Amino acid sequence: MPLAVAANNMPVASLEWFLLVGAFLFACGIFTILTRKNAVSVLMGVELVLNAANVNLVAFSRFVKAPATLGPAGIELPKGVDPHLVYGAPWIGGNVFAAFVIILAAAEAAVALGIILGIYRNLGDVDVDQVTGMKG
Amino acid sequence: MMAALGISLRDPAAWVFLAFAAMTVASALLVAVSRNIIYSAYSLLLTFFGVAGLYAFLDADFLAAAQLLVYVGGILVLILFGVMLTHKIRDINLSNETTNPIVGAVIAGLLFLVLAYVSMRTDWQVVDRGPATPTTQEIGRAFVGKYLLPFEASSILLLGALIGAAYLSRHERKKEA
Repeated sequence: MPLAVAANNMPVASLEWFLLVGAFLFACGIFTILTRKNAVSVLMGVELVLNAANVNLVAFSRFVKAPATLGPAGIELPKGVDPHLVYGAPWIGGNVFAAFVIILAAAEAAVALGIILGIYRNLGDVDVDQVTGMKG
Repeated sequence: MMAALGISLRDPAAWVFLAFAAMTVASALLVAVSRNIIYSAYSLLLTFFGVAGLYAFLDADFLAAAQLLVYVGGILVLILFGVMLTHKIRDINLSNETTNPIVGAVIAGLLFLVLAYVSMRTDWQVVDRGPATPTTQEIGRAFVGKYLLPFEASSILLLGALIGAAYLSRHERKKEA
């Protein structure tokens, strides 16, 4: 069952719509990172920026022409092996990259929360302006 | 006219897309400007939902599901934990102060303008990939094929993050006198 496909197989909105939403998410994330004093809010801004990047990656993966070569240059597959089965479809790269970004975001959020809780325990506050020392 | 907009307003799916895009944009704006950090956190929930909807419109079914599971189910809960654990429970207003909002707004606005200008002016080489197909199988093949090394590296990264987070947030053991 195809998802949200118009008559010509393309998504209902053009690439520019997705890029604009991504750009707006990115700007909101940068604004949040720049202006917030609360460390948890800064973390929210980082998540917004990562989501903006992901929207762009997936949009380009869907819309833009994939490279002709499937695998790394200079490596020959044995005869009779379908490169599609070894490397995946060429257009999937953006989706895979977005999946890696999600993995990184999960790891980053866990470590950042651990650091923020440590700051709170040591300083009693999570104001990023007050975290000025390297050694508690 | 319709082609210039890049969206066919006679298609009901286009209105669903617009609803998702509007939800994403509005809630992201609320995350950025809300005075209350709890409102920011719950707006982030709507943003993640909206982005998952955008993934669905981009035929990325696996990523839409992963977005809901990891972001809404994992990262957002972590952020809410962070909000709750770093405030005294009796604080009525969980303040979310901002510094230099004018400078931040100018920088973010200029960034958005540049990105929007590039997005609109570039002549993107868009191709029709044919009917949408499930992406899970292709992502799996790519993970154990072309992207095997980054895949293994990310598993080590996750292990490191697990140990590091547990180490950072552990209770300091009191030194026995």
